[in-house]
Amino acid sequence: MTLVSLSCQELVELVTDYLEGTLPARERKWFEEHLAECVNCEVYLQQIRATIELVGALSPDSLSPEAEEALLSAFRDWNSR
Amino acid sequence: MAVVSPDETKLLAALRDGDEAAFRELVSMYHSSLLRVAQIYVSSRAQAEEVVQETWLAVLQGLDRFEGRSSLKTWIFSILANRAKTRAVRERRTIPFSALNPERVPEPAVDPERFCDAEDPRWPGHWASPPQPWPDDKLVAAETRGKLAEAIDALPGNQRAVISLRDLEGWSSEEVCNALGISETNQRVLLHRARAKVRTALEEYLR
Repeated sequence: MTLVSLSCQELVELVTDYLEGTLPARERKWFEEHLAECVNCEVYLQQIRATIELVGALSPDSLSPEAEEALLSAFRDWNSR
Repeated sequence: MAVVSPDETKLLAALRDGDEAAFRELVSMYHSSLLRVAQIYVSSRAQAEEVVQETWLAVLQGLDRFEGRSSLKTWIFSILANRAKTRAVRERRTIPFSALNPERVPEPAVDPERFCDAEDPRWPGHWASPPQPWPDDKLVAAETRGKLAEAIDALPGNQRAVISLRDLEGWSSEEVCNALGISETNQRVLLHRARAKVRTALEEYLR
C-alpha cells in the first residue's frame, strides 16, 4: 500500500494542479498511485472532469438585440469618421 | 509578451475598413467574457452591461491608434478594467486591492467533515463520506444545466470570471492571466475553488 504518501483530503486539493499539468513529478506520482488504489478519489476526479465538461457545454451570454443594434449604429457612426 | 496574431491582424484590417461583419464577429467573440469580467468590479448585471457597452465604444474610438503592442484581446480587456474601475469609484463601491486575487482564507475543496480526522489511527484524512457516482441520465438533463448556471452565478466575482473564461469560453490559463492581470498561481487557486464549489452544488442537486 502506498496510500500513506497522500491522503484523500490532500488529493482533492491537488486535482486542479494535476489537471493543469503543474504538479511536480513526485507529487504527480503520488497522486496517480493513490488514484489507482482509491475508488472514492477516482469518483471525485471523474466528477470534476464532468463538471468542467458540463460548464463547457453552457452557452455564453448573448447580446440583447437592442444592445447589438446600438453597437452597430455606433460602428456606422465611427465608420463615417 | 502577447502580440497581435495573424487572425487578429486580419480582423483589425477589416475593422479599420469599416467592415460591419468583422465588428459583429469581434463583439460576439468577447462580449460574454467582458460581461463576466465587468461583474468582478460592479455590483449589478445592468451596470456590467453598461460598462461593456462603454468599452466597445472606447474600442472604436481607440482603434485607429491601436499599435499592436499587446494583443487586441488584451487591449480590449484593459479598456474594460479601466472603465469598470472608474464606474466602481463613481458608485463609491470600494474595490479591495485584491478584488481579482483569491481570498487569503483557505477554502477547502470538500467539507472537512467528510474526511476521517487527521489523527484517525487507521484512515487519517481518508473519505468518511465519499462521493457517490452521478446518474448519467440526470446529469445531461436540462434542469441540471440550470442548476449549474445558478452555481456559477453564486460564486464570488473573481472565481466566476475565471471558471467562465477557462471552462465556458475555453481560454488558456495564460490568456486569463493576461486579461485579468493576475498571476498563474492565483488564477489556478481561483479556478480550483470555483470548480470545487460547482461540483459540490451539482453533488447536492444530484443526490
